[in-house]
Amino acid sequence: MPTLRNIGTDMTQLALVIDLNVCVGCHACVTSCKQWNTSGSAGPLVDERPYGKDPTGTFFNRVQTFEVGEFPHTETVHFPKSCLHCEDPPCVPVCPTGASYKRKEDGIVLVDYDKCIGCKYCSWACPYGAREIDEKQKVMKKCTLCVDRIYDESLPEAERKPACVLACPTSARLFGDVHDPESEVSVAIRELGGYPLMPEWGTQPSNHYLPRRKTQLKIHKDELVRVDNPQKKEGHLPKVDENENFLEDTASW
Amino acid sequence: MHPAFSVIFLTTLIGAGQGLFLALMTVQAYADIGALPLPDGEYFGASSMIALALLVAGLAASFFHLGRPERAWRSAAMWRTSWLSREVIVLPIFMGLVFAYGLLHYLGYKPNLFGDNAPPQGELTYLVGLLGVLAAFALFICTGMIYGCLKFLQEWNTPLTPINYTLFGIASGFTLATVLATGMAPELVKFYGGWAIAFTMLALFTRGASLIRNQRIKHRSTQATAIGVRHTQIQQKAQGAMGGSFNTREFFHGKTAAFLKSIKWIFLLLVFPLPILLLVFGLQNDSATLLGLAFATQYVGLLAERWFFFAQAKHPQNLYYQTI
Repeated sequence: MPTLRNIGTDMTQLALVIDLNVCVGCHACVTSCKQWNTSGSAGPLVDERPYGKDPTGTFFNRVQTFEVGEFPHTETVHFPKSCLHCEDPPCVPVCPTGASYKRKEDGIVLVDYDKCIGCKYCSWACPYGAREIDEKQKVMKKCTLCVDRIYDESLPEAERKPACVLACPTSARLFGDVHDPESEVSVAIRELGGYPLMPEWGTQPSNHYLPRRKTQLKIHKDELVRVDNPQKKEGHLPKVDENENFLEDTASW
Repeated sequence: MHPAFSVIFLTTLIGAGQGLFLALMTVQAYADIGALPLPDGEYFGASSMIALALLVAGLAASFFHLGRPERAWRSAAMWRTSWLSREVIVLPIFMGLVFAYGLLHYLGYKPNLFGDNAPPQGELTYLVGLLGVLAAFALFICTGMIYGCLKFLQEWNTPLTPINYTLFGIASGFTLATVLATGMAPELVKFYGGWAIAFTMLALFTRGASLIRNQRIKHRSTQATAIGVRHTQIQQKAQGAMGGSFNTREFFHGKTAAFLKSIKWIFLLLVFPLPILLLVFGLQNDSATLLGLAFATQYVGLLAERWFFFAQAKHPQNLYYQTI
């Protein structure tokens, strides 16, 4: 089970909180992520045969779909998956060159593409499969939490967020500091039951997921009957006199 | 996991090289107490160079695993945390020691560091050799721990992983030493052959233990913990890409369960009973051909064993890639 070892320290830990209750699986976060990160100074993200039979390439973010339960009692869960920026990332210590690192100041797990030798050992050490090698540049790549835009002061403040967060049409993605107990993300985790993925490995993912929630309204029987109905004729709709003239019978506009 | 042939050749070749060197040092240790005749320097020199050649071949194979081999020098940086980094440091040190050991023997340069009358003769080669033994075992541990330290690859996360790497390396190294001795030092053939059989049987015991362990493994990650939905029936319907991805290519072996099972029986046959039989008959009949065949069989078997070792490991990320 996750420990609270690192949580609650002064250190900032930026993270995403993804609300599975409102994600509709539209892949807008996937395409906006790819667009932003293929256009940056790190060079394009590989895309092989994008219009061919077997398109493949490197993505930092994927939306997957799961079906929970057995027909007819099933539920579809759209599940966006990206690097979880673990508090204790198992991918970092195994890197032989130090290309993989976790930033002290904001907890983002990054790869120095100029130091990576492409040995793929870090991807073996990630239980979530969050890292994908760029088969053209031959280096390991992963979600950067759009580190090249969240601090960019030339952007309006509202746009200093990861591309996926800005693109989400249902606001299923929240972004913020999970170590600040009053931040939007911490409140969401706390109040809506946010949970980490595969807690059994002690990686302490910073990204959290908000569960599917069913909004239920309990209606008591007495609420169906108007207790203050003066005529006590609930359920009896007024009958219309068939011989009476209606406005539609006289005017034909 | 998808078995990479670069890593299969790396681990089997350097394992045999390490084992061969340990075999040479075993003979020198026996010779020093007078239990065996000490072969001449040329034998040690030539055999050390063959061990070195195996190490070089393994190192060369490892470069094919790298996307950016020109940056390989960087990989020694994180030795404090990474077993891979430690292996990268220990391997060249070991290669240097094997080279020095062979060269000292070949040149016959054996100054006795503690005076001419001290009992172990050729103290300098002995010292270099002992450092080599330490490096050889350190290298076995590093290689094994690269896989053994990944705790969620439960098939690998056991002390049996480095133990198996060590015993397979030593067994194949002693088998190779037996073959080489037929030409260069016939008086040692039976000594090497006996140990080769013993280490092969020991390896059968530990590999058998890990096979039994892995058969009854209960994977801690499930579809439910992967997506965090508490339900016993979860089925993936889409993985977010239709043409496959790095995740589908790197973490799946792509073969049928029957194929996997057949490789298991092939390696169990080729690594253990066949080489032992060939060794026994080869030793009885003084047949270099049979002994050579024993090493060839065992090495091919070890390639299959390593393939199976990788293919059998189930990475938890596969839970996210169950269907297109």
